[in-house]
Amino acid sequence: MARYSIFSLARNALTGHRDWPKLWRAPEPRPAYEVVIVGGGGHGLATAYYLAKEHGVTDVAVVERGWLAGGNIARNTTIIRSNYLWDESAAIYEHGLKLWEGLSRELNFNVMLRQRGVLNLAHTEHDVRESIRRVNANRLNGVDAEWVDAEGVKAFCPPISISPKVRYPVLGATLQRRGGVARHDAVAWGYARGADARGVDILQHCEVTGIRRVAGRVTGVETSRGFIGAKKVALVAAGHSSMLAEMAGLRLPVESHPLQAMVSEPLKPVLDCVVMSNAVHVYISQSDKGELVLGAGIDAFNSYGQRGGLHVLEDQLAALMQLFPSFSRARLLRSWGGIVDVCPDASPIVSKTPVEGLYINCGWGTGGFKATPSSGWTFAHTIARDEPHPLNAPFALDRFTSGALIDEHGAAAVAH
Amino acid sequence: MMRIECPWCGGRDETEFHYGGEAHIARPPDPDALSDEAWADYLFMRANPKGVHAERWMHAQGCRRWFNLLRHTVSHDIVAVYPMGAPRPEAPETAR
Ligand SMILES: Cc1cc2nc3c(=O)[nH]c(=O)nc-3n(C[C@H](O)[C@H](O)[C@H](O)COP(=O)(O)OP(=O)(O)OC[C@H]3O[C@@H](n4cnc5c(N)ncnc54)[C@H](O)[C@@H]3O)c2cc1C
Ligand SMILES: [Zn+2]
Repeated sequence: MARYSIFSLARNALTGHRDWPKLWRAPEPRPAYEVVIVGGGGHGLATAYYLAKEHGVTDVAVVERGWLAGGNIARNTTIIRSNYLWDESAAIYEHGLKLWEGLSRELNFNVMLRQRGVLNLAHTEHDVRESIRRVNANRLNGVDAEWVDAEGVKAFCPPISISPKVRYPVLGATLQRRGGVARHDAVAWGYARGADARGVDILQHCEVTGIRRVAGRVTGVETSRGFIGAKKVALVAAGHSSMLAEMAGLRLPVESHPLQAMVSEPLKPVLDCVVMSNAVHVYISQSDKGELVLGAGIDAFNSYGQRGGLHVLEDQLAALMQLFPSFSRARLLRSWGGIVDVCPDASPIVSKTPVEGLYINCGWGTGGFKATPSSGWTFAHTIARDEPHPLNAPFALDRFTSGALIDEHGAAAVAH
Repeated sequence: MMRIECPWCGGRDETEFHYGGEAHIARPPDPDALSDEAWADYLFMRANPKGVHAERWMHAQGCRRWFNLLRHTVSHDIVAVYPMGAPRPEAPETAR
């Protein structure tokens, strides 16, 4: 792998930037691999990278039905934080945040992490109590968290309105200063380049259509480019997880929903933090290009359509107008949707399955971007050792049978 | 936004309705006899098909009555509307 540095930049400038090497190869599928990872989104690519890097497992293919990173990894609003309520969540998301903090160096690829602080607003007395509880829980878990009152919110985020005269006034917020945003494409590309350099085959435009099993053990996957044998198959297909699980005769506690986001025209710098509100339901940050990046809520119904209803966007914009009246004159450039895989307890599944050699990583729903590094890191461990790491052991598929749910709805401001 | 045909009130905007998830999930007749796996299946496991989905809707801002739909989860086309308790109709060939 050609390392990026100030010298490689200078050298390539001399040739007009025409000779940069390709980030990854486009190999033909081999007849069989030790591990086939289904899904070339952020989590699948991170899994491949850590399998190779941490466990020396390089006989690996990542099989992607579309193009690399065309799913949710390229459609999300890139909010990163680790201030979840429960111990299990705090542990796995904080591990992720720590990996983020070293990721550009680790991958030799600038993922443009900006830890500009995330505010989760509280609008009611109940919100306030829950938020302070969460701050205390976070601190006990070693996650940085502060409670700031309305004046403090205004000081941290000057364009926000803290007028008490609105239906849902800002009463305060939790603040995680280490939270922020990163460049979503760069994360996927960085992991892909790192995995490819270690020998992982990334097979694009290769759709998995079946999972072959013999006597309860996985033997490979049927794909649009033919059968590919595998000792182990790892499903990381986000919105399509139920479809893949079904190919192996498994039912999942997951439902797929549209989730939308939108951006405004580019503006001069006006907002240098991330603001999220569960009660009025909007979240916003400003990208490096100057666009206001706005996230919406899910459409209630099941869908694989990668698009949602206009009324959902309108609700988000109404909420935005209450919080940031001055943004009312910004024009929207575009909106889009992804398909998110939502679990009943709003927590992910990173787990072995009842089928031998089959592993599943899904259910990250509306908030898995922030977990891309730790999702891949723990899943790689689970696949390589055939047993979960303590960080993802609580996120097993059988928690829905044992009842040990990790209920992160609402309590952890779990929208993102 | 979808336009949904309420069996009692006629066609209305989706925003008048409340979504109730997968249809035809029967409450276990003898809950005490259920295994943990059967409970998990009843409470949490869902079909979530990419294709025609049988689902419940309620006309929240109208007659407030529940009914079932067959809807395609990619095109969002509604291919059948039928009462609660009625068996799932055959989806037309074109919708599959
Ligand atoms: C609008 C929006 C905003 C969001 N905002 C945030 C946020 O601010 N913060 C946050 O933490 N998270 C956010 N998320 C959630 C986050 O994007 C997801 O949880 C995460 O990206 C999912 O993991 P992934 O990257 O691997 O998924 P994906 O990129 O969707 O990867 C899954 C891949 O599997 C492939 N696949 C599916 N079926 C098959 C098959 N049969 N064969 C081969 N390949 C297949 C797909 O083509 C896809 O590329 C948001 C999501 C959306 C949609
Ligand atoms: Zn009605």
